[in-house]
Amino acid sequence: MRFLHVWRRNLLVWRKLAIPSMLGNLADPMLYMLGLGYGLGGMLPQIQGVSYVAFLAGGVVCSSTMFTASFESMYSAFSRMHVQRTWDAIINAPLSLDDVVLGEWVWAASKSVLSGCAVLVVAAALGLVGSPLALWIIPVILLTGLVFSGLGLIVTALSPSYDFFMYYFTLAITPMMLLCGVFYPPEQLPGAAQMVAQALPLTHAVALSRPLMNGALPDHAWLHVVVLILYAGVSYGIARHYLRKRILK
Amino acid sequence: MTHLAVSKLRKSYDGRDVVAGLDFELVPGECFGLLGPNGAGKTTTLRLILGLTQPDGGNITLLDHDVATHAREARARVGVVPQLDNLDPDFTVRENLLVYGRYFGMPRHDLEQRIPELLDYAGLTTRADTRIQTLSGGMKRRLTLARALINDPDLLFLDEPTTGLDPQARHLIWERLRQLMLRGKTLLLTTHFMEEAERLCHRLAIMDHGRIIAIGTPRELIVAHIEPEVVEVYGDGAEDWAASTGTRLAERCEKHGETVFCYARDAHALAANLADQNSVRYLHRRANLEDVFLKLTGRELRD
Repeated sequence: MRFLHVWRRNLLVWRKLAIPSMLGNLADPMLYMLGLGYGLGGMLPQIQGVSYVAFLAGGVVCSSTMFTASFESMYSAFSRMHVQRTWDAIINAPLSLDDVVLGEWVWAASKSVLSGCAVLVVAAALGLVGSPLALWIIPVILLTGLVFSGLGLIVTALSPSYDFFMYYFTLAITPMMLLCGVFYPPEQLPGAAQMVAQALPLTHAVALSRPLMNGALPDHAWLHVVVLILYAGVSYGIARHYLRKRILK
Repeated sequence: MTHLAVSKLRKSYDGRDVVAGLDFELVPGECFGLLGPNGAGKTTTLRLILGLTQPDGGNITLLDHDVATHAREARARVGVVPQLDNLDPDFTVRENLLVYGRYFGMPRHDLEQRIPELLDYAGLTTRADTRIQTLSGGMKRRLTLARALINDPDLLFLDEPTTGLDPQARHLIWERLRQLMLRGKTLLLTTHFMEEAERLCHRLAIMDHGRIIAIGTPRELIVAHIEPEVVEVYGDGAEDWAASTGTRLAERCEKHGETVFCYARDAHALAANLADQNSVRYLHRRANLEDVFLKLTGRELRD
């Protein structure tokens, strides 16, 4: 459990900025629900038996989680690794690099849980939550956070500078945001694009969270869970491999 | 008994030997200096000893642990002052010590006792709750040193501890290091300040191209490698004077930049001759570690 020392270090930093950070977590999804949910959604009929804003809430919960986990595991972790040399200091103490990487992975996922839960709270306040089944979204958020924090750490491991992260956002995060069913059912896409979407992790996170948000059990739930677990585990393993290569050279 | 034993240590990067067969031991309570020009392999050696990179060959025993398998356990009794400051900029002075102590698994109660002592040692008691960005370079170094002592280590590694500090700050660090030696700590110091090595180290090794090329006490190294007296000659006529007179009166003359260094067992004849010369200026002094260092590692510029 040595990685918890690293996790606690990050928590102590976060606590200093907890209030603005939480406000940001709340404001961002509120704008999505207001702007898209009511603005755009007002012109739309019901989708899958619910209002557009309720439909959207089940997607935004996952995309918010994705963004927070990605930012934390990329910009923040890169600062600690490369700019501030915080990791160098930690591995001079009796902690291994593996402890640091595990701590950062779990930390970025933890932070993303907060932002996913903020969406859940906003959705509940707006009366968009169908039933207590929605509480099952919390473990889905955690798993989604682990996926995107693992992927983000891979990019961090390979990145020469902050500029490099833009490629990942342009080539991976933005396409997932637009193709994985956050804003519309993925079945709307042409066949080939649907195939691509099915291979991306965000699709599976949304496939779990949306029915739960709207008071139903997801179809093929275990399949989606297994895909997310695989994404999380494999990305963490790859990130650790490249970070070892980078730091313990 | 030794605190650190390094034998046949080797490490190469891209076919270039950075550490090329290193053997040395550290006796408890001594201050051992690792000297060398930039790129001699000092920092890589430290990383290998701490188990932060895998050697291509050789053995390291650190505080009774084999580094190849138990580096983490060994590091629990070690303190490190790195070359580049890596204090945590997100925290205050006190929090830096607190968080670092947690990495060693120290309970809160122990840390609450230890931190005031360390703040006092670093002369930072009044700055305990300021963020580290507001500290001067000397204060940051003292805090880094205090942080390295949080676990009350038996052995302390210092990688160029005074590089970039002004003379006042440097003297203060030296004084703090001597306090540690009085308390029986073992120190391993890398530096390229000869004055620092001569003042602090009981023994030192001069390293170049990944090898130790000389090892001993500062005095032994000077006696073994260099004539006891040196006259430095500079000015417009220095070169002509060296060619006509210097080489005759000194055992050895070397030109470096615009200065001619004349080495002699007795330099009084040199000094007497120079006193009558109008075209040059000179400095007559005892040989020091810098002369040994320059003789052994050459005078070319290193990057």
